[in-house]
Amino acid sequence: MIAVYLLLGIPLAGMTLLALRGDSPEAGLLNSRLNGLALLASVWLAIDVLINGPELSSGRLLYIDSYNVYLIALTAFVGLTTSIFSGPYMAHEREIGRVTARRLRLYYAMYQGFMLAMYLVLTTNNMGVMWVAMEGATLATVLLVSLYRTPESVEAAWKYFILCGVGIAQALFGTVLLYFAAEQKLGVGGEALLWTVLHENAHALDPAILSLAFVFLLVGYGTKIGLVPLHQWLPDAHSEGPTPMSAILSGLLLNDALYAVVRCKMLVDGSLGTHLAGNLMMGFGLLSFVVAALFLHRQTDIKRLFSYSSIEHMGLMTFAFGVGSPWATFAALFHMTTHSLTKSAIFITVGHAAQLAGTQRMDRIRGLILTQPTIGWGLLIGTVAIAGFPPFGVFASEFLVLVATMDDYPWLTPLLLLGIGLAFAGLFRHIQPMVYGDVPEGQKAIKANLTPVMVHLALVLWLGLSIPTFLGNWFNQATQLISGSMPQ
Amino acid sequence: MAIAELTLYQQAILLLAGLIALTSFLMLGQSRLVRLVSIFALQGCLLAAATALAATVLDYPHLYVSAALSFLLKGAVIPILLQRLIHRMGLHRVMDTIDHPARVMMAGSALVVFSYYVSLPVVRHSTLVTLNAIAVSLAVVLLGMLLMITRRQAVAHVVGFMSIENGLFFAAVVATYGMPMVVELGVAFDVLVAAVVFGVFFFQIRSSIDSLNVDQLSKLSEADQ
Amino acid sequence: MAWLLAILETLLFVGAAPLLAGWIKRVKCRLQNRKAPSVFQPYRDLLKLYRKQPIAPHPASWIFRAAPYIVFASTVLAAAIVPLVAVDLPTSRIADIIVLVGFFALGRTFQVLAGMDIGTAFGGMGSSREMTISSLAEPAMLMAVFTLTMSAHTTNLSQAMNYVLDTGLVLRPSFVFALGGLILVAIAETGRIPVDNPATHLELTMIHEAMILEYSGRWLALIEWASQIKLMLYGVLIANIFFPWGIAQDFSLTTLGYGMAMIALKLAVLALVLALSEALFAKMRIFRVQEYLGFAYLLSVLGMLSHIILETAR
Repeated sequence: MIAVYLLLGIPLAGMTLLALRGDSPEAGLLNSRLNGLALLASVWLAIDVLINGPELSSGRLLYIDSYNVYLIALTAFVGLTTSIFSGPYMAHEREIGRVTARRLRLYYAMYQGFMLAMYLVLTTNNMGVMWVAMEGATLATVLLVSLYRTPESVEAAWKYFILCGVGIAQALFGTVLLYFAAEQKLGVGGEALLWTVLHENAHALDPAILSLAFVFLLVGYGTKIGLVPLHQWLPDAHSEGPTPMSAILSGLLLNDALYAVVRCKMLVDGSLGTHLAGNLMMGFGLLSFVVAALFLHRQTDIKRLFSYSSIEHMGLMTFAFGVGSPWATFAALFHMTTHSLTKSAIFITVGHAAQLAGTQRMDRIRGLILTQPTIGWGLLIGTVAIAGFPPFGVFASEFLVLVATMDDYPWLTPLLLLGIGLAFAGLFRHIQPMVYGDVPEGQKAIKANLTPVMVHLALVLWLGLSIPTFLGNWFNQATQLISGSMPQ
Repeated sequence: MAIAELTLYQQAILLLAGLIALTSFLMLGQSRLVRLVSIFALQGCLLAAATALAATVLDYPHLYVSAALSFLLKGAVIPILLQRLIHRMGLHRVMDTIDHPARVMMAGSALVVFSYYVSLPVVRHSTLVTLNAIAVSLAVVLLGMLLMITRRQAVAHVVGFMSIENGLFFAAVVATYGMPMVVELGVAFDVLVAAVVFGVFFFQIRSSIDSLNVDQLSKLSEADQ
Repeated sequence: MAWLLAILETLLFVGAAPLLAGWIKRVKCRLQNRKAPSVFQPYRDLLKLYRKQPIAPHPASWIFRAAPYIVFASTVLAAAIVPLVAVDLPTSRIADIIVLVGFFALGRTFQVLAGMDIGTAFGGMGSSREMTISSLAEPAMLMAVFTLTMSAHTTNLSQAMNYVLDTGLVLRPSFVFALGGLILVAIAETGRIPVDNPATHLELTMIHEAMILEYSGRWLALIEWASQIKLMLYGVLIANIFFPWGIAQDFSLTTLGYGMAMIALKLAVLALVLALSEALFAKMRIFRVQEYLGFAYLLSVLGMLSHIILETAR
């Protein structure tokens, strides 16, 4: 269990350290090194859990099983690669004067703070602490969204804060109701909020109260996932913040919120006999998927475009978790990985492209492939990957979702295909002129470190071609945990 | 149980629940920001009193700590912080006009009825005598949201947000003997940090759009500009 | 014997009303650091008015001449049914709250008609203002009353008081809200500050006084007396419904004497509260009265909602 304490302690120490030394030149490197250490700790933890099975810390505050350990490793990995990108990027921003020294310190401190909150959400066993950490993640990033102090970024940060704050307050009400239902059977005391205890006794809990609690929890954490119609903050927050922030928000925070919802769904399914939780998730997921695909066509800002793509994919994942069959759950877990890797890679590339062209408006970015081929190709391949082209991993996971839906809900498959098609069209319609159009005057290549992008995309390609055995086993175990049986 | 059969302390908790709902309505109708924050401070104090009473009734001493925490935070620190901000920004002479006060009040009453309807299944299966008040706590949450919807000043939004947290805290007190201590401390910490961040935000908003009228924050939208 | 007691109680009620008015004036003067007239001054004023010759303007119809008597009679009837010293008097059978509201409405209707009868501008203005205020105050009062009756399961005043006495000291949220609503409505209906200044001489600010500007002599005496009885009525309602302890439940001399002393004490305290609020608050502008009465209505509705939500058993 030492690995877990290390995992939580490193970002905590990092936060204080970087709050003091964040404006020095080696801050970026220090950030990356800290994230690297965290990744090592998470890998150690993963190996530990895979060999020894689920682990409970003393005091039962922390609980690691196969579902969250793989998410922890993913979080640590994406955090590391993004920080490798963010070091020189933020140094460049400092040079051109877009951020001051003070704000850079805040940025690095809050980066580590955000990582800490993410790890806490994933490792905690106490539903209340999970809520606290989720709100903590919002608080850590809200000041980062307005880092550039433009009117748009302040507006985006305000919207983010208020909408996510109110949304997550609903989740707290849901948690209180959950606690109430548990206390009726388990008695007063900290025990009744522990997920392990709740999961064991799920059948004894009152279904009426639990379904009410789940509605509140879905609305609350769903706001943070970005489910339509609670998604209004997402395009603004992801597009106005600094690029590394967009990458980790899209890649990590959305995943963790979905994780929280799925944990709650596991409890509710144990108590209710009906498929209520799954149906709700399917409804919201499908709505988000289709609406986001439609919205993709109207975008003028490149980061907003990909934010809507995030909403669309999170909708698909929610839908898949809602369907609940083993194949669907496997597909959803797989999709969480591939989407996370691809989306963060895309945002990094987009950040470079925006720096190159000096603007985020898509009608003014042109001819990327001619000016700087790495960025152009990176964007093209990233878009191809996220739109669901074979042989990339996203295609594999979307295909699996389609197959699983055809098994259980064949009448929904046309809707899914429609959404995928719409998203495809929307993305390519915008990307094609950006990558291949005529080069505008004075556009020069910039210094860009695209290694993280290439690593991510290569991983996604590998995953699309063949899932490595250990990962497959991981997913199988998690699927067993969530849906009750392995995929055949 | 009908109210006549409860002990005096339990009746007092229900009375405080009614008064907390009254403060939510008063906040809905209050157009001056300084008075709005004062009513919010009153709500915090009533909440602390209700928690302390619940500690006596349910014989659960860790609720005394919660009561002290909520009095300190919501009855004292956050209102003082907000009042200071209001005076620093010169907003104490601004009237945040409410468009249709009668409609807002009627909507508020409708929300109270709705929250009663929603919490009926919860109350039926309970052994707690004070659980009737969970409808009031949900009503306070919904009234806080109504407050946020009907106002244009950013400070009013913050007060609405904080009063939502008040309602949630009250729900925890009447339904579940309060939350475990670690969770309560975490939530209190979150609320405090949120208040501080809000304070920082006001200055950012003001320096970017030169007023705190949040209606003017509307550059980012899907409509063609 | 009980009927004799009932008549005596009514006479006491009617006779003590000017005393209450005098006491309120005394407290107010003390608060404003003035030398107060004697507590019995209102009696002397009424006597003086009675001895003067009443004059009716030319265009006055029978309504103008009859209104003072109707107003006074309806108010005395209302005083007869509200329990002052003892519950369970024979009159308590018709002591229904809705009947009470009906009596008030009767008196008010004729008062308003009389104000419009002569055709002066101020009379019409006073009448229209009075009707506006009562149309807003009556729902609030009825709602507050319904809140009480939901707990007591009856609209009969003395049965409601018996119910409250029997259940002992219970802190009901609905009662607290209904009390607040009823106090606000009482201030509006009896024409005290902050709704209407009874001592004003500026006609444009008058509500009640404007309707009776043309009255003189014994008609004016009757109307003044009726408004004093009305003030005492509201005071007794508030005191005896929400704090009925001390009221006599049987007819022995000791309990009756105790009941009289208790009601005198309660009215004295209420008068103090009224005088204090009159000294602290300024009169509202007329268009603000609707907000004020809307707030009274809100309090009553909250009382009813909190009764349903918080007080009933599931």
